[in-house]
Amino acid sequence: MGGGVWWTAPAAVRAIGRPRWWPWAVWAAVLVPGLGVAAGVLSDFLMGTRWLGSNPVKEGELILGQLTIKYLVAALAVTPARRLLGWNWLQKDRRTFGVTAFCYGLAHFLWYALIDIQLDGGELAKDLTKRTYIIVGFAALLVMLPLALTSTRASIARLKRRWVTLHRLAYVVPVLGIIHWWMSVKADIGEPILYSAVFALLLGWRWWHARRETSAHATATISGRSA
Amino acid sequence: MLIRSAGPTDLRSSEITPESLYLSRREWLAAAGLTVGAIVGVGALLPRDAAAQQASGKPYGLQADDKPTPWEDVTTYNNFYEFGTNKDDPAELSRGFKPRPWSVKVEGLVKKPGNYAIDDLLKPSVVEDRIYRHRCVEAWSMVVPWRGIMLADVLKRAEPTPGAKFVEFTTLYDPSRMPGQRYPVLRWPYAEGLRLDEAMHPLTLLVSGVYGRDLPNQNGAPLRLVVPWKYGFKGIKSIVRIRLTDTQPATAWNVSAPDEYGFYSNVNPTVDHPRWSQAKERRIGEFLRRPTLMFNGYANQVSSLYAGMDLRKNY
Repeated sequence: MGGGVWWTAPAAVRAIGRPRWWPWAVWAAVLVPGLGVAAGVLSDFLMGTRWLGSNPVKEGELILGQLTIKYLVAALAVTPARRLLGWNWLQKDRRTFGVTAFCYGLAHFLWYALIDIQLDGGELAKDLTKRTYIIVGFAALLVMLPLALTSTRASIARLKRRWVTLHRLAYVVPVLGIIHWWMSVKADIGEPILYSAVFALLLGWRWWHARRETSAHATATISGRSA
Repeated sequence: MLIRSAGPTDLRSSEITPESLYLSRREWLAAAGLTVGAIVGVGALLPRDAAAQQASGKPYGLQADDKPTPWEDVTTYNNFYEFGTNKDDPAELSRGFKPRPWSVKVEGLVKKPGNYAIDDLLKPSVVEDRIYRHRCVEAWSMVVPWRGIMLADVLKRAEPTPGAKFVEFTTLYDPSRMPGQRYPVLRWPYAEGLRLDEAMHPLTLLVSGVYGRDLPNQNGAPLRLVVPWKYGFKGIKSIVRIRLTDTQPATAWNVSAPDEYGFYSNVNPTVDHPRWSQAKERRIGEFLRRPTLMFNGYANQVSSLYAGMDLRKNY
């Protein structure tokens, strides 16, 4: 067991390189759901189709919110997957997934403000000041904003260590997102519970891994001294 | 079974829908067709399948722009947690449900309690078709052509004793037939309640059909309650027991979240749900929201039931 990882994939798995079609798959995964929602709601209202069911406005809003959560999962899964499978080439996609999560989060908010409540100023003001689940959801979006804005290579180079610190905020976003989702459902909390478990696993793995590395580092230092 | 589309009513004549709003089926279709023609350019604002609507019956208190929601929406966009919590779950998961044979107990503080086969319960009454607005607590709405009998009829036959003050309704509890009941999403069986005077009101229906057909499973077959001035969840589905009581019955959503769902749950645009405004609603099939009407537009008929009550407290 080397490198402080308790399990690593067999050599055959670790040897798998980045497939040539991979970037296309990532872009498809990122764009298709969003374009699908947009096409669905337009088609439903303009052509009388039923892609998004009887209430396309609510359905689209829900799908965009859930996409935000799903891309947060993808972004947070990159590092564990890299370590466990040995696929370091996944690193390139972490930013893509993170920025996608922000874009869907922003789309979810704009959908709510423009299409759902249709810019009803009084309602928007009340929602953003009095309704806890909306405040929490909006906070998640606000936290994602600086992360998305500093996702460029130039920012990474400029901010150096501070970039790493700043981007630890990424761990706060799923917590806020899940609370927002949990509070917004009427009674069936099955899915929020499921995603809570997934995030707990992803964040727990990081915590465990960080602790292990620290103690491994400490052990190495101590034994180095005594030798 | 006698079926007639314009039934007897205790409404005062001033409260009855003006004749100009009292359209026959053919006029409905013509009106829908004209609307389609007139706003075809702004298709986004149109109710879908407007021309496909086949509602008949008395448009109780309907307004000129209330058009029956298409059958497809009425039967696929349902909250019926006994068959799953997504809107399309009930239509999917209730397919194998057998709503007959079915019996309904009428009991409690009545002189003539009974256990009736569904058809025997309906038979003595006039079955009417009535088109009602339907407002969900989630701020969407429909217009639904129900078929049913007045609840008052059933209650009068049972002869409530002077002590009876409330009516409690209970849904079937059978997780083998209602798969949603395997999960503790709500306290099962679903229960609802009305004050006796609300239950006796001529607008309150025991519904056995929609669009002139037997009630589909997902809409609460074979018998459900419809109280058009209250939020939709008061309309308990697949009823097996009607019990008259002297105390206010516990109701499913009130038990689940008492700060969000009250016993009365009258449609009221001025009292918000803690998590969203109730001032407006989205009519299924329409893009722009419309203002929600006090008592869902039935204020003339029902506001006297709540005279002097603080509706903010009694939400």
